[in-house]
Amino acid sequence: MSANIVTTLPLGPLDPERTELLLRVVEGLDPTTLQWLSGFTAGVAHERAGRGAGIVPAGAVVAPAARSEPTARVTIVYGSQTGNSKRIAERLGRAAEAAGLAARVYAAGTYPIKDLAKERLLVVVVSTQGDGDPPDDARGLIEFLQSRRAPKLEQLSYSVLALGDSSYPKFCETGKQVDERLAALGAKRLVDRVDCDVDYDTLATGWLERVVTSAREALGTATQSATVTRLRTAPAEPQFSRDQPFAAEIVGNQTITGRAATKVVRHVEISLAGSGLTYQPGDALGVWHENPPVVVDEVLQALHLDGEQPVEIDGAAKPLREWLATRRELTRLTRPFLTQQAERSGDARLAGVLQPGHETDLRQTLKDLQVIDVLQRHPGAWDAQSFVQALRPLAPRLYSIASSQEAVGEEAHLTVALVDYELERKHRVGAASTFLANLQGEQARARVFVEHNERFRLPADASRDVIMIGPGTGVAPFRGFVQHRDAQGATGRNWLFFGARNFQSEFLYQAEWQDAVKKGVLNRFDLAFSRDRSIPREYVQDRLRRVGKDLYAWLESGAYLYVCGDAEKMAPDVNAALIDIVAEHGGKARDDAEAYVRRLADDRRYLRDVY
Amino acid sequence: MTEQSPVERIKRDSRNLRGTLVESLADPLTGAIREDDLVLIKFHGSYQQDDRDIRDERRRQKLEPAYSFMIRTRLPGGVCTPVQWLQLDQIARTYANGTLRITTRQAFQFHGVIKTELKTTMQAINASLMDTLAACGDVNRNVMASANPVETRAHPIVHEWAKQLSEHLLPSTRAYHEIWLDGAKVSSTEEEVEPLYGPTYLPRKFKAAIVVPPVNDVDVFAHDLGFIAIIENGELQGFNLTVGGGMGATHGDAETHPRVADVAGFLKPEQLLAVAEAVLTTQRDFGNRAVRKRARLKYTIEDRGIDWFVAEITRRQGFALEPARPFNFVTTGDRFGWTEGFDGRWHLTLRIDAGRVADTERGQWLTGLREIAKVHRGDFRLTPNQNLTIANVDANARTFIDGLVVRHGLDRHARATPVALNALACVALPTCALAMAEAERYLPRLTQLVDERLAANGLAGAPLVLRITGCPNGCARPYLAEVALVGKAPGRYNLFLGGDGKGQRLNVLYMENIDEPTIVAALDSAFARYATERTASECFGDFAWRAGLIGARAA
Repeated sequence: MSANIVTTLPLGPLDPERTELLLRVVEGLDPTTLQWLSGFTAGVAHERAGRGAGIVPAGAVVAPAARSEPTARVTIVYGSQTGNSKRIAERLGRAAEAAGLAARVYAAGTYPIKDLAKERLLVVVVSTQGDGDPPDDARGLIEFLQSRRAPKLEQLSYSVLALGDSSYPKFCETGKQVDERLAALGAKRLVDRVDCDVDYDTLATGWLERVVTSAREALGTATQSATVTRLRTAPAEPQFSRDQPFAAEIVGNQTITGRAATKVVRHVEISLAGSGLTYQPGDALGVWHENPPVVVDEVLQALHLDGEQPVEIDGAAKPLREWLATRRELTRLTRPFLTQQAERSGDARLAGVLQPGHETDLRQTLKDLQVIDVLQRHPGAWDAQSFVQALRPLAPRLYSIASSQEAVGEEAHLTVALVDYELERKHRVGAASTFLANLQGEQARARVFVEHNERFRLPADASRDVIMIGPGTGVAPFRGFVQHRDAQGATGRNWLFFGARNFQSEFLYQAEWQDAVKKGVLNRFDLAFSRDRSIPREYVQDRLRRVGKDLYAWLESGAYLYVCGDAEKMAPDVNAALIDIVAEHGGKARDDAEAYVRRLADDRRYLRDVY
Repeated sequence: MTEQSPVERIKRDSRNLRGTLVESLADPLTGAIREDDLVLIKFHGSYQQDDRDIRDERRRQKLEPAYSFMIRTRLPGGVCTPVQWLQLDQIARTYANGTLRITTRQAFQFHGVIKTELKTTMQAINASLMDTLAACGDVNRNVMASANPVETRAHPIVHEWAKQLSEHLLPSTRAYHEIWLDGAKVSSTEEEVEPLYGPTYLPRKFKAAIVVPPVNDVDVFAHDLGFIAIIENGELQGFNLTVGGGMGATHGDAETHPRVADVAGFLKPEQLLAVAEAVLTTQRDFGNRAVRKRARLKYTIEDRGIDWFVAEITRRQGFALEPARPFNFVTTGDRFGWTEGFDGRWHLTLRIDAGRVADTERGQWLTGLREIAKVHRGDFRLTPNQNLTIANVDANARTFIDGLVVRHGLDRHARATPVALNALACVALPTCALAMAEAERYLPRLTQLVDERLAANGLAGAPLVLRITGCPNGCARPYLAEVALVGKAPGRYNLFLGGDGKGQRLNVLYMENIDEPTIVAALDSAFARYATERTASECFGDFAWRAGLIGARAA
């Protein structure tokens, strides 16, 4: 049995020494004891993190069970515009604690929504604005509750206090909505909702007292936070892979750049529920995209071919349109295709690019042009069969996952820059980003798989400091890192460098970073903006140099350093900046500084995910 | 209720309005400032706002709200020079949203200044020899004065008093100079005293105005402190003191309401500063510091009685007031077009709808006034009705100015109806954080609807004081209008009727929380009765009372 464990144990964050210790401990134990042990460690994690999800490596079988265990405390969430709801919520919090109950009070905007599924006792105090609208701060929570992502809440008891102004037609609308929705999700009313008018005090006080009494009864009988967690049967090995992708539902798809942005970035939330797919921060999600119909149409038009005609390759027969839409690359050029096109068109200019000595031109052509550009500029005759065979088979695109399962459960989030440009007055789009951007609605599915990336992992030792450098969409994995470190209760410090063109509209995930700073999860945050007229022009590498002294001190104290994003310009510039920093602040000669940075990489403390 | 409001704590701990403003401005992670500093920055003449049109959109984008700052100048009596105008115009186009806004307190407002340019903008404003100190906050705000009195000799006199009053009631803190103008730091704030205000300033904002009858353009009864100039044969005899006016109210809270000021007595010009100080310090010491919405002077007087109040200021100032002198008001509106001054120079008052000086399809107002400022040798006066007087023009320059006015569409006063000419609107959406409904952006449509209903009832061209605000706080002094809309929710308003057109009588809530069709229908039926039942020269507000449209409810 122990031999079996050695080969299947997900080693995750444990160093070799602890792995060995663990194996010694479990050796020879019977199944019941092993199950008890898993519950025990989940309980320890729970205690340490002060929240349900503890330090459980992704993929370990105990994680889901630990997460879903209800918690014995009162959670009070308020949505307040003018402060009345807040005051009542805080009063209730004090009253609950005075009655010996564990209570926590959240503004709706700061409530960690993933906790909802494991609450036992939730109290909501919420006002209604104007014509039946929620307070600004509560919009996110209400949207989530109303969405189909809201979890079943059968374990939950709750009560709602609604504040409003009866001179409006939709009096206490928001409170009513929350009350009804929680009931619809299976939760039980602990104390019936009370609707308060402008003079709320008397009604609110009565309600508050009833809530405290009932909460004491409800929680008083329950045992303290479970330390033993029942082990669920382990899910089967993921059956989905690159070649057998999972058709995943899109549960969120949102532009996250502002109106004045110079480029559009979208945040795409993909459900992995039911797939058995798991990932760790640093992993990538592979996406099998389809070419945009408008691109396929343009190509068919340029070729004067009928999209419905069948084409058979290796025994697979499909209409030409389908080959082009789902099986072949249309937005990426290859040299073999160019060679064939040069022959078919007889165009000497195109042939010239392929001659020895023109490598720079060729590289530029392959980078700038798409299949359609070549077809339009250097026309040549093709039959359907040859054309499909000349194109490169469609390859999935890999996106660094921008979430941690500790925070988002069975979802994977992506940060997608929309490729969309004009080339000689023609509108050109990136196939995969356009595909993802257009995935909207309940029917939308993306075929996905997880591509593990062991070369871009958080330190196993959570007490280590972490420095993250991620300008633009390079920030994606660090959103996952920060979520993970937060959930882990990691004691090491976190320092993020982000860069973009302008502050107002391209500061990706700004609101989340602000929360992380407030919570103390992000200890330092440095920003560089390159085209913001009111802020001195800077790139992340400039920013690094400005804070070089501290950066070097962090490295000296054992910090891990991560870089994600552009490989062509940013990553070398950051590397050069690091060498300069080590030379200057470490008092080292250039060669020694270079060796220092190289050694960081060799020690796997300087890790890069660049593309 | 002895517990003080949280704002009192913020003021007390602020080291004379410094707070953590410097740190807030330096935080690169946000375009906002810290929570306590939101209160303090008002005293420096600025409010943090955000573009509410895109607030929800940005929340979904995981971006913070599009924060920016409104900056308000201190400009006693609303008088500025052409050189200053050109400097402000430049600031509006460089740092703000390309508009200058004339406020209902005769000041300029800039909107849309981002945090990283706030200090530069403040410095540019100060370079124009204006400042923004105490333009907002729990202090004496910009002092108003009649902009274009009929007795033109009175203007320089009341303007001078407005300046003196404003200077006299300014806070002494050096915080403003330290934070915005890189002034030397005071070594210890314990040594820095606020002789007039003390460490917690006033319980609430404090508004003062000086008026020259018979035009009550400043709405003198809407202010905490007012002075009605008594002028005989062109000579200033003194002032009647008015105290305890105020517009603000809170929906659904019967404890709050607008109030028309009391006339407390008569004083000589040289007594003005002493009386003002007595009024202000009485409010400082007796105003309600526990409940902010009950903290204005009007409630102090209401709670303790006007006799107590007069006795208290008499004690403080060391002399008694004389009995009030007679005075007479005929209108609150501006005198549009050209008027001649006592010295043979001319004043041209232009209509600036909602005070918004901008280049729009309606006219190139910002550009036009820039062109005028380049050649004008007199001064500009911002009127309390958000309009603009080009003052002290030589007779022979009138034709040239007229040409510029017409070319840039600034001749609204020659074309617009009386309703459109006299209407007031606060800013409201999208920048004002308090707004519950549209005001400035809805004003053009509203005036058109009202004019249509007047015309349909054979009342085309009838004068009517119409005002609209996006919330009940009353920036556009709605409770003194003949017809007022006060915002309750997007597209919904409370409708008030019954002001007297002279600023001396409050209107009354007529219908609550109604939408546009209901507003139009209500006005239509009221106008129909007004058209047939009115007496000669009876204004609509007076008619509404006499005909019982509102009297029964008010009783």
